[in-house]
Amino acid sequence: MAELLDLRTAVASLITDGLTVSMEGFTHLIPHAAGHEIIRQGRRDLHLVRMTPDIIYDQLIGAGCATRLTFSWGGNPGVGSLHRFRDAVEHGWPHALEIEEHSHAGMAARYTAGASGLPFGVLRGYVGTDLPSRTATITPITCPFTGEQLAAVPALKPDVTVAHAQRADRHGNVQIWGLVGIQKEALLAARATIVTVEEIVDELTPTPGAIVIPGWALDAVCVVPNGAHPSFAMGYSDRDNGFYRAWDDISKSREAFTEWIDRHIRSTADFPAYLRSAGLDSEVAHV
Amino acid sequence: MSERAATVIALPAEHVDADDLMIVNAARALGQLAAAGRSACFVGIGLPSTAANLARRIYDPAPVLVYESGCIGSKPTRLPLSIGDGELGETADAVVSVPEIFAYWLQAGRIDVGFLGGAQLDRFANINSTVIGSYDAPRTRLPGAGGAPEIAASAGQVMVIMRQGARAFVERCDFRSSMGFGDGPGDRERLGLLGGGPRLVVTDLGLLQPDPETCELIMTAMHPGVTREDCIAATGWPLRFADDLAETDPPTAHEIALLREIQAA
Repeated sequence: MAELLDLRTAVASLITDGLTVSMEGFTHLIPHAAGHEIIRQGRRDLHLVRMTPDIIYDQLIGAGCATRLTFSWGGNPGVGSLHRFRDAVEHGWPHALEIEEHSHAGMAARYTAGASGLPFGVLRGYVGTDLPSRTATITPITCPFTGEQLAAVPALKPDVTVAHAQRADRHGNVQIWGLVGIQKEALLAARATIVTVEEIVDELTPTPGAIVIPGWALDAVCVVPNGAHPSFAMGYSDRDNGFYRAWDDISKSREAFTEWIDRHIRSTADFPAYLRSAGLDSEVAHV
Repeated sequence: MSERAATVIALPAEHVDADDLMIVNAARALGQLAAAGRSACFVGIGLPSTAANLARRIYDPAPVLVYESGCIGSKPTRLPLSIGDGELGETADAVVSVPEIFAYWLQAGRIDVGFLGGAQLDRFANINSTVIGSYDAPRTRLPGAGGAPEIAASAGQVMVIMRQGARAFVERCDFRSSMGFGDGPGDRERLGLLGGGPRLVVTDLGLLQPDPETCELIMTAMHPGVTREDCIAATGWPLRFADDLAETDPPTAHEIALLREIQAA
């Protein structure tokens, strides 16, 4: 049953060193506030899982929180490289990062299997690519009914999945709409869950295309307005493309990155304080 | 430089560069496919998205833009920075989950055209978007395969847009992130891939298409003002030219005006 907690308490009680942590959100609803809180609490040796490790994982990797990454596309969308991710893979800074690399379709099959309680997922995937020779968790399988050759990938079962959503009610039922991504599967695949939301409402009124995840299937729900910034929450805010572009410079050198993280994340108490410190509170474009 | 090339550059009050030629020609190809009833286009971000959005503005029937973020039939008014900008969802015919877009729409064979870019392309149109150098000690770690392996495998056909250069157009990719024709004729069939594979590569120098017999990419058209020597110098394998090598039509003022409009919005 979901408990309404503050983000600091939720992260402290559910995310400990060495766990496998998934933070999803396909461009939309990326749980940046929770990522920052993990950095603030100095978590180490995490196995991070995410289809598109963009800025949120660049920050966690550069801050030294992770030693393993399972992913399918690691870049700053529309901008270029993730400099901290590249520095970790190419030069082992701040320490080596072990990678497990899939395709988007493979990651989707893995989360779906995890949410279904099945041991593996199956897809028409990876054929003719070099990925199966580099990734141990891709194995050919023969369909027992048709004889077709397919790819099997093991279920993803994170210790903790973190997601951001538009809103929840007082029972912790969570409502998500717009680009719903893979949050539902990632949450239901996990042993424990944290969902940050824009607001708590008395009643979840119907919204076109919305899904609801029942509170009894979740663990912690935390109110963090703008908690996805620079990602966005449809109906609440727009994507801050300016920050995605600015991140390229902030993250280019180890020194500039570390100074930025120390100053705006490690030295601030929470996400609203971070937004003020980094001069971003005026950049949150409310709709 | 031919007179025709000079005419292109003299388009009214417009400067037209090699990227414009590439984007306009890719948009034309998508327009032709849509006219032939093959309109569902799975669009990668960057150059593919720019060309697909231009095609959507010019042609009727227009290509149906499908983005891996789950947006089907997006009609953005400005170019999105990411595959999941809010406007892609707000203007879509349908928004589905990520597992659904890859399972029900892509792998099930509902996509007509997969439209890809990449860092390296080889003579059999295999694409690398994973690493330059060795996988274990990469010289450059690229973002990775993302949606491309299954797009290249399952879309009815694949179109590629990439700037042509000797470091990008290589004899053999450092890593095969997505499959074109593998090591040559028969590989796609032998591996049981659903889709027909690459049909067209659009570059800043011209068009390449696979030789129907050898599957090797050959230059079938050059943009106005481009020479064979330019193409050979920008290709890392011994480039062949089609017997009926064509010249692409110069961009029209209308095409360039619409391109500037979506770029500026």
